[in-house]
Amino acid sequence: MKILIALLCGLVFGAGLAISGMTDTRVVLGFLDISGKWNPALLWVMVGALSITIPGFWLAQKRSTPFLDDSFHVPENCRIETRPLAGSLIFGLGWGLYGYCPGPALASLLSLNWQPLLFVVAMAVGMWLEKVIRA
Amino acid sequence: MDSIFYPLLGGLLIGLSSLTMLALLGRITGISGIFAGIITGEAASQWRWAFFAGLLSGPLLYQLLSGTSAPAPSEAGVATIIAGGLLVGFGTRFAGGCTSGHGVCGIGRLSPRSIAATATFMGAGILTVYAVRHLLSGQ
Repeated sequence: MKILIALLCGLVFGAGLAISGMTDTRVVLGFLDISGKWNPALLWVMVGALSITIPGFWLAQKRSTPFLDDSFHVPENCRIETRPLAGSLIFGLGWGLYGYCPGPALASLLSLNWQPLLFVVAMAVGMWLEKVIRA
Repeated sequence: MDSIFYPLLGGLLIGLSSLTMLALLGRITGISGIFAGIITGEAASQWRWAFFAGLLSGPLLYQLLSGTSAPAPSEAGVATIIAGGLLVGFGTRFAGGCTSGHGVCGIGRLSPRSIAATATFMGAGILTVYAVRHLLSGQ
């Protein structure tokens, strides 16, 4: 049951990325380019998503447990610290270079173009490097 | 109108997916964390694999139903793609989240940590695009 739910959620998430245009790097870079012809698509994606998650998460977490698990697996540390800011700076640099964040890159894999595949391989190497220096 | 409708609809689906994951399974839908959990073998649990399989198939399903095709890749070169991928992979793990984990879910929880992270990667992305398009290329 849990596996089926996760699969369906992945499907809906991936379809959402495709419908909204986020799998097109031009759309994303058009959002990040505030000095040219600005493309607001990503803003509307965030507005749509947050209009569900902000009230929905608040409601969901009024229960002591999720419906199908013993506990909520959510980060307890909500403080602003150097580490997430430094990481986000590096992430944003890479995001602005090509226009993919992890979701759209993975959701583009089955288009069978070589660019998303190369990006995802490089992303995996980057993740592995982070694990190595963290250890 | 279409320029608002489709992004908003896609965003609603992303939010709905994230809410279902939290309300039913108690999980944060962070794509970088899910992918890293699988490839490093640290947290390759079944739900991560299942979500991953859905994430890859979702766009195909949409394209089949709507009769559209995947957007053509940009003309960026191999070096840009590799550098972008490396930085995104390293940065999202170092930051403990990406656009989904910090942006959609973290802000969804009103976590100051995630709000600050999201502002930072959006700011860094904007500065990078500005530098690439307007300073380096001389446009």
